[in-house]
Amino acid sequence: MTMSVVAGRAYPLGLSNVDTDQIIGSDWLKTISKVGLGQGAFAALRENGVTVFDEERYMGSEILVAGANFGCGSSREHAAWAIVDIGIRVVIAPSFSDIFSSNAFKNGILTAVVDEVAIPPLMAFARTDGEDGILKVDLIAQVIEAPDGQRWPFRIDPFRRECLIDGLDEIALTRTEGPAISAHEARVALVEPWLAGAV
Amino acid sequence: MTPRTLYEKIWDAHVVSSRDDGTSLIYIDRHLVHEVSSAQAFEGLRKAGLPVRRTDLTLAMPDHNVPTTPRVDAAGKLIPIVDPASAIQLAALECNVAEFGVPFFTATSPEQGIVHVVGPEQGFTLPGCTLVCGDSHTAAHGALGALAFGIGTTEVEHVLATQTLRMARSRSMEIRVEGKLGHGVSAKDVILAVIGRIGVGGGIGHVIEYRGSVFDAMSIEERLTVANMSIEAGARAGLFAPDETTFAYLKGRPMAPKGKQWDNAVARWRNLRGDDGAVFDKSISIDASTIAPSVTWGTNPEQVVSIDSAAPRLEDFADEGRRAAVARALDYMGIAPGQAMVDVEVDHVFIGSCTNSRIEDLRAAARVLEGRHLSPRIQSAIVVPGSGLVKRMAEAEGLDTIFMDAGFEWREPGCSACLGMNPDVIPPLGRCASTSNRNFVGRQGPDARTHLMSPAMAAAAGVAGHLADVRAYIGEPA
Repeated sequence: MTMSVVAGRAYPLGLSNVDTDQIIGSDWLKTISKVGLGQGAFAALRENGVTVFDEERYMGSEILVAGANFGCGSSREHAAWAIVDIGIRVVIAPSFSDIFSSNAFKNGILTAVVDEVAIPPLMAFARTDGEDGILKVDLIAQVIEAPDGQRWPFRIDPFRRECLIDGLDEIALTRTEGPAISAHEARVALVEPWLAGAV
Repeated sequence: MTPRTLYEKIWDAHVVSSRDDGTSLIYIDRHLVHEVSSAQAFEGLRKAGLPVRRTDLTLAMPDHNVPTTPRVDAAGKLIPIVDPASAIQLAALECNVAEFGVPFFTATSPEQGIVHVVGPEQGFTLPGCTLVCGDSHTAAHGALGALAFGIGTTEVEHVLATQTLRMARSRSMEIRVEGKLGHGVSAKDVILAVIGRIGVGGGIGHVIEYRGSVFDAMSIEERLTVANMSIEAGARAGLFAPDETTFAYLKGRPMAPKGKQWDNAVARWRNLRGDDGAVFDKSISIDASTIAPSVTWGTNPEQVVSIDSAAPRLEDFADEGRRAAVARALDYMGIAPGQAMVDVEVDHVFIGSCTNSRIEDLRAAARVLEGRHLSPRIQSAIVVPGSGLVKRMAEAEGLDTIFMDAGFEWREPGCSACLGMNPDVIPPLGRCASTSNRNFVGRQGPDARTHLMSPAMAAAAGVAGHLADVRAYIGEPA
């Protein structure tokens, strides 16, 4: 899947330190599939007073606005699968856990890092009904645009940006580097033979 | 040459190739695999018709789903897993390792345990190696000077297929703790103090290097506890420079190098330290004497206080967003603002998890429990050793008897109540004194309340029936 511009309503979540246990509970980690996890998405939040995922007006939004350190905690990629499963393609936050942002990227989700000061106005727009609540996330220009013309630049790793724009099979890309990998293995076998085989 | 940090040295030694956009292809020397984050990865290989590139660098075992009650009956027959979803996931791992030829410890093998306990214990984890696992607490292996970090399932697949990962280099952070730890202050209290200081997002984008006299004096078990929770500060990994303590720990372990190769390895590992004058992107310094036995009061690990103090008051927080977050956490935990921590009653005790289930952890808890019994308030109390080998060693020392005499159940190894994927779940509104690493909402079960602490503190809480200061249970310092 490729991405250039995602426009539409956004879930105004806003909370900081949303951990991956809150995105998808451990019961859902028993699946051996990647699909259907949307049913469990954000269950711990929804059971504890967070309503945005159950409000009609936000249903089907492709954008989520969150606070700092989104996706902290467990490395479970199920969190990304759950988010994809409910149709979210962009998460906007001041910071993301390293593992979550990597998992998100591998599943075609853009994690757009904005300055902390951008969150209150973005939340206000996201809460606005009608045309005035439509946010436009432009991955080419690396900017988020509000209907009134306000713009907030966002940060994304250049490699990930390129991959999201073009769509890319990472394993296929790495396999083109087979000779370099083999050369590294040969060097380690010589210099640090104890690393060259464990079991 | 510019002085380099330990992280930069290990990183540089593993770069297979680099791109202009700042990402590099990094070679992965060791890969631990468990049942929860691997099924979809093996399925991806199968679909693409790819083998596991280096089965000899890969080690698999079940840990998250396995029950901690006996796994074989009196006749030695396997007891079936009750939960069908867990049973399927565990069976999928067994099929996958057989199909792809990955070395495997079965649920009943004596070496089985939590991946992060077994890796160091087997000498699978070595100084200067890169090690990954589809589990965020992989950071633990940094205790031995391995650059170790958690990855998602797509990355698990990438490592299985190519033995590499494509990533950008992290920034570096030094955490220095100097001085002498007070009586009853454990490695768990040190890492909780670090997280309390820098916050659960403070380490984002960084690899931590733990330096200073307090870390130098720690055993490998203690360093594993510290490095393990690096991820709870948001850090990608945590590193200790290997030293004589590391070499003494590793020598003779089943998968560690032997003979001449051991000597060569140690000679090389002695150079594995940051250069003098290496510059960190961030440096934090903590005075050891300021760290006390601690407990968490909230729903993330930065919400921590010393046991002799109280939960925060809302008026302590000027920022409205933070005040609301604190109020939400206190409400979930059923704790009043300003409530003294020792007044918080406890119903469950869990001693285990990849943070605190090693032999020294069990010894520390047993020391508190010897000659004492759990409070009648306690509804469940389990000790879950981190591996079969830890369990046997503890039994040889008679620790199992001390735990059982005190009223604890003595269980089989696994992740257990740390995240409740197996039957070990804390019931709704149950309050658990837990030696694990996450006090997130619902982590130990829906609506369960978790207080993180050291093994000795959890034992003391069990005896008291409320959160308790371990210093009152272990006598005066010698």
